[in-house]
Amino acid sequence: MGCDSWKAELDTYLDGELPEEEMRVFDAHVRGCPSCSADALTRVQVKRAIRVAGKRFTPTADLRKRIQKSIAAPPQRSFGLRWTLAAATAVALVVGWLAASYLVSRSGRDQTYSEIADLHVATMASSSPVDVVSTDRHTVKPWFQGKIPFAFNLPELQNTEFSLLGGRMAYLDQTPGAHLIYDIRKHHISVLVFQERSMKLSASWGENVLSPKNSPFNMETWSQGGLRYFVIGDANATDIDNLAKLFKAAS
Amino acid sequence: MCVSETSLRLESFEQLALPHFEGLYNFACWLTQDRQEAEDLAQETYAKALKGFSSFRQGTNFRAWIYKILRNTFLTSRTRLKASATMPIDVEGEEEVLPTTEETPESILLQRSDWQRVQQAMEHLPVAYREVLLLCEVEEMSYQEISATLGIPIGTVMSRLSRARKMLRAELRPGP
Repeated sequence: MGCDSWKAELDTYLDGELPEEEMRVFDAHVRGCPSCSADALTRVQVKRAIRVAGKRFTPTADLRKRIQKSIAAPPQRSFGLRWTLAAATAVALVVGWLAASYLVSRSGRDQTYSEIADLHVATMASSSPVDVVSTDRHTVKPWFQGKIPFAFNLPELQNTEFSLLGGRMAYLDQTPGAHLIYDIRKHHISVLVFQERSMKLSASWGENVLSPKNSPFNMETWSQGGLRYFVIGDANATDIDNLAKLFKAAS
Repeated sequence: MCVSETSLRLESFEQLALPHFEGLYNFACWLTQDRQEAEDLAQETYAKALKGFSSFRQGTNFRAWIYKILRNTFLTSRTRLKASATMPIDVEGEEEVLPTTEETPESILLQRSDWQRVQQAMEHLPVAYREVLLLCEVEEMSYQEISATLGIPIGTVMSRLSRARKMLRAELRPGP
């Protein structure tokens, strides 16, 4: 075979584009043929020269910047940063307000809790804890009439472990209310009832079961029919809760 | 399309497209023979590619895709019209005046100082030959890739390459 036909394929061979089998055959020929060998060498040199000469033009940094800018992801970051700052401010304000109102209500709650606890303790410590002594709710309830600007119901205790000891007047924030004393397994529980609207920060109480640290008492409070109820005593939480449930059912 | 989805697509485009910047600019310069035109061409190419990115099938050859956009943009630009006035782009069916005898192999020995000669020789090539040569030698594209980029059959790629190289060799040979 004349070298002309080989040389026709030489560029394709040097481009590495010959099929694998043809490549092997061609390679064997080129290595053994001085003419084709020399020709291949020249062509490789030209290829190299074209590659080097071809990489002639380099873009300016300015163009690169311009193009990079045009294809960059949307300026979400700057927008996001502005949004984040605005949102952070808003959140801070809200958190601040919440904290402030929480602290106020907490201190208010703490204060009310203390006062309620004090009322309970004072009654327990008193030589005459109750003003009306009766285990009968039908006696105690009418006793409060005229003394307090509201009416409330006392639960039936017949099938419970609770017993009513009596009642007395109570004052919270200069507001008159009812103070009832119950007994369960030798533990005394006070139930205090006040008008909701006449109480400070009553809205922040909600329905709460409080067992503050270092307090010997358990307490439960709720609002019903415009009245705010407190059940407090050194009885266990379950007993407190059961009495609360009885009152809730009675109202 | 939600914002995060949009920015994800754009990030992908930037990641795919930016590495080709130097090559595309260089190619644009060789096509236009004018720096300013090349800059415009490069920018227009990126704008078009970004716009049409949704039509690009992920996983396929991005380089061929974006080079094709550049070349097509060039063909439809006024640069092409300017260039075609002085030099034809299409060479199919043209009569080529080539030396009938094969050059002696040892006659072409290129020194480093010959780079300029090579560059001039390349400038003298018709655009159709110049572009296949550049894509093959500078961008190191396969015949298949060149075929996809230029939208021509592989056989045409091979014949144009062959002619381009012959012309170049003829010009580089130290003449009498």
